[in-house]
Order: sequence, then C-alpha cells, then structure tokens
Amino acid sequence: MAIAVGVVLLWPLVVATEFYPWTLFDMQSLQAAWRFLSDFLKPAHDAEFLAMVAREAWKTVAIATCGLTLALLGAIPATLVVTERLSISRIGTGRIAAFPRILRQLVRWLLVLLRSVPELVWALLFVRIFSLGPTAGVLAIALTYAGMLGKVYAEILESTDHRASDVLLQNGSGRLAALLYGALPEAASELVSYTVYRWECAIRGSVIMGFVGAGGLGQRMDESTKMLAGGEVSTMLIVFVFLVAAADMVSKYLRRRLG
Amino acid sequence: MSSAWYELQGLSVRHIGGSRGLALQDITLNFEPGEQVALIGPSGAGKTTLLSTLACAHRPDSGAFKAFGTDPWQLTDAGRHAMRARLFLAPQTPPLPPRQRVVTAVLAARLPHWSLGQALLSLFKPADPEAAFRALSRFNLGDKLYSRVDRLSGGERQRCGLARLLLSSAQALLVDEPLSALDPALSQLTLNTLQQEARERNALLVCSLHQVDLALAHFPRIVALKNGRVAFDLPRDQVTQAMIDELYLGELPPANSPQPDEMAAKLAVGACL
Repeated sequence: MAIAVGVVLLWPLVVATEFYPWTLFDMQSLQAAWRFLSDFLKPAHDAEFLAMVAREAWKTVAIATCGLTLALLGAIPATLVVTERLSISRIGTGRIAAFPRILRQLVRWLLVLLRSVPELVWALLFVRIFSLGPTAGVLAIALTYAGMLGKVYAEILESTDHRASDVLLQNGSGRLAALLYGALPEAASELVSYTVYRWECAIRGSVIMGFVGAGGLGQRMDESTKMLAGGEVSTMLIVFVFLVAAADMVSKYLRRRLG
Repeated sequence: MSSAWYELQGLSVRHIGGSRGLALQDITLNFEPGEQVALIGPSGAGKTTLLSTLACAHRPDSGAFKAFGTDPWQLTDAGRHAMRARLFLAPQTPPLPPRQRVVTAVLAARLPHWSLGQALLSLFKPADPEAAFRALSRFNLGDKLYSRVDRLSGGERQRCGLARLLLSSAQALLVDEPLSALDPALSQLTLNTLQQEARERNALLVCSLHQVDLALAHFPRIVALKNGRVAFDLPRDQVTQAMIDELYLGELPPANSPQPDEMAAKLAVGACL
C-alpha cells in the first residue's frame, strides 16, 4: 500500500524531470556514441584540417608563452622583494627591519590573491570584459602564474644553499649582485625547470580556457566535440601530446646546459 | 676620532638564534691599521664569532664597538652596508657556488664597487680576467682560472676564496682559518701572500689559526681566546710555552682518532707484512 502511494506521488516528479533512462539504449544514440568513439581510432588528417590545427596549436603556444612572459614580468620583481635570502637588514641580527618586513608580507598577500583565483575564473571574467579571443587567455595566465611563480621562485631561492650569497652580502655586495653571483648559480637549473614546467601547464591551461571562448586549440576542440567529430578531437589530443613532449625536451636540454 | 681601525670595549656577543648564549664576554681590544694579528684558541673559543663581529656581520649585545671610528650599529642599514665594503671576511670554508667558474667567483670581490650592469656583463665576459689570474697565481692556482669551482679540491677552493680577498679593496682583512685544508708548504706560501698583501695596502690583518707554531712564527701580535674571553693579548716574544699549554689545557684530542705516532706505528707494521 505504502509503495503504491509512493509510486503515485513520485511518478509526476519523474515525468516532470523528463528522466527517460531507456533513451540510453536507444539504437540511434548508441550508434552516435559508438561512431564518436570509434572515430578516435581514425584521426582526421585532411590537409585543410591539419593546417587549421597547426594554426590553432601555434595560437595556443603563443597564448601560453605571452601569458608566461607577462607573468615573469610580475613574478621576478615580486620574488626579489619576498625572498628573505637577500635581506640586508637581517645580517648581524637575524631580524628583518620593520618596513621591509611589512612590504614583504604585503607582496606575499598579493601573490596569494593572484593565485587563489583559478585561471579559468580569470578567463571567464576577462572574456566578459575583452570579449571572446586570446587576450582573455593571456591575461588569465599572466595573473595566476605570476602568483605561482613568485611564490615558488622565492621558496626555491630560500631552500638552496644560502652561504654563497650570505658571504657576498657580508662583504658589501648589493642585493641583486649577490643574487646573480651567489644565489642564481645554485638555483638556476631548478628555476628553469620549474619555469618550463609552468609553460607546459600554461599550454594545458590555455586549452581549457579555449572552452570558455578564450581562443586557441581549446575552442576548436570544443566545437569538434559538440559536432561529435571524434577523428578531429583525436588529432588535437595527439597534438597536445607532442606539445607536452616538446616542453619536456626543452626542459631537459636547458637543465643539461646549466648542470 | 682615534687612529684605531677597531675599538672594542667590554664587548659581549650572543649567538644568533637558538639558546642565545654568550659567545664572547668582556672583550676589550684595539686594532690599528697595518697591524697583523693572529687569533688563537681552542675550538669553540669564539674566534669565528669575533671575526664576524669585526665584519659587522654579527651585532654585539653590550659594550662599545667602533669600526673605522664609528659604531656601525648606530648607522642606517645602508651606511653599515657601505662600511662592509671596506672590510673583507674570508670564511673558513669559502662557500663558492659549485657550478661557477673560478674567474667569476674571484671577481665577485669587486661586486661592491660595480654597478648592476657591470656585474651582469661580467658574468658573460669576465671584466678583469688578468687581475683574477694574477691573484690566483699568487696562490699557485693560475692554471685554474677557467675551471669550474666543483672541479677544485678542498685546498684549492680555500685558496680560491683567498684570491677573492686579494681582489677586494678592503682595509681590514678578516681571515678565518685559512690553512685548515692546506699542507705545510702551501700554508707558508698562503700566510706569506696574505701578509705581503696586507703590508702593501697598509691594511689590518686578523687571522684565526689553529697552528700555534705558524702563528708565532708569522704574526707579531697574538690574541688568544678561551671560553669567549681574551686569555692574553701580547707581542709574540712575550708568549711563553706555558701560556700556550695553559690555553689548550683540558682540550682532549678528538674521539676515535688515534694519536698520530700510534697510527704511524700501525702503518709501519702493515708495511712489513
């Protein structure tokens, strides 16, 4: 009896939500899904499509590179301010003077603010402001990555051996000179490998931001997915693999040069 | 303003961080320009702390401290940092970045006088390789000019750190155990070079040493530290063997290291078999 009442009450709700599980097994949709998936085995490779993919992949790399370059412009000065390794007032007392300490904390909070907003959210905001296109993607990457790079650079500098730069500071060098001659030789390869890894992340990030209209390969992928063109999606995924592999090779090469 | 480079009056210094225990107590010393002083005493007596206090790299706790006629800790950060360019502190194991080339590491002595642009340029094209070569040659290291620092042995690295000292324009040379990784012949050469350099520029040389015989042979004035206090501060001809014995009294040889003569005996036995 209770079950009957329950069914009577629930049925209108099921109808209202248009929940039709049997459509899952509808021949037509099964066929479409099967075609979409089996197309993955046959990557699209006509010349016109490949040219478009190459152009968009280039745009994606360009978005990632521009974004990262802008991020570096913000992150490097922030690192120099934040890292306690280069403090001159610290020498001899172990304590940093009040004004530099407050400045450091402010910049640290700014970096937290920048990276606490996900790049996708920045991209959504900027797409509203600058309309669809790569500008939004570049700015989104620049802001988030400035926050991440600034924080991690400072931590890399603080975790490597600090005696070389300490001695230079104790003998009267300037902060930046001590950085160049004492801290960078120790930390350079780690800094470079992290930067190249972030570049790789920026490429992935710019693909995702393409889905919200920030241009590049991601936007094309979104369109192809909506058209159930499995072959096209497959080709683009292969291109991603090549891009990431290329980033890996660049990183390896640079590390060997600096090692 | 008096003529002394350094005036220390009843100076006490605490360790930075940790227990903040007293590292030096009631130190009263004067150092004149052109003076050459050896700092001796058992390990942990405070020799390194005294050198870094003189280098304005360690703030004294109480007492009066004057360097070049002014108290550096009354100056602004910038003023004190400018003073640091007038002295040179050479630590015992010079921390040189392993991947740096020797020429770059040695030329780093000039950093206080270079603009940032010059410093940057010198990383790619060494600004004055001849000067670096001359400085290294005085320590028998001329052939290592373009080697990487991590290719050097411990003793070579130590002399590389001292070659940096020759390129600085400091008027007070504060050297912490420059001989700890050197053999006797190189020790002689190194001390002679340091003293000649100090004489030529009429600089103060304060050198902490474990080798008491070398200290007595080379330095006219001996300052001995024990437990953070000045045990004696005398011209070398007034230092007696009894005073030296007293200074190192109660210092046991490090554990687990056999006496040198014992070791020689054992090796000899091995050689016979």
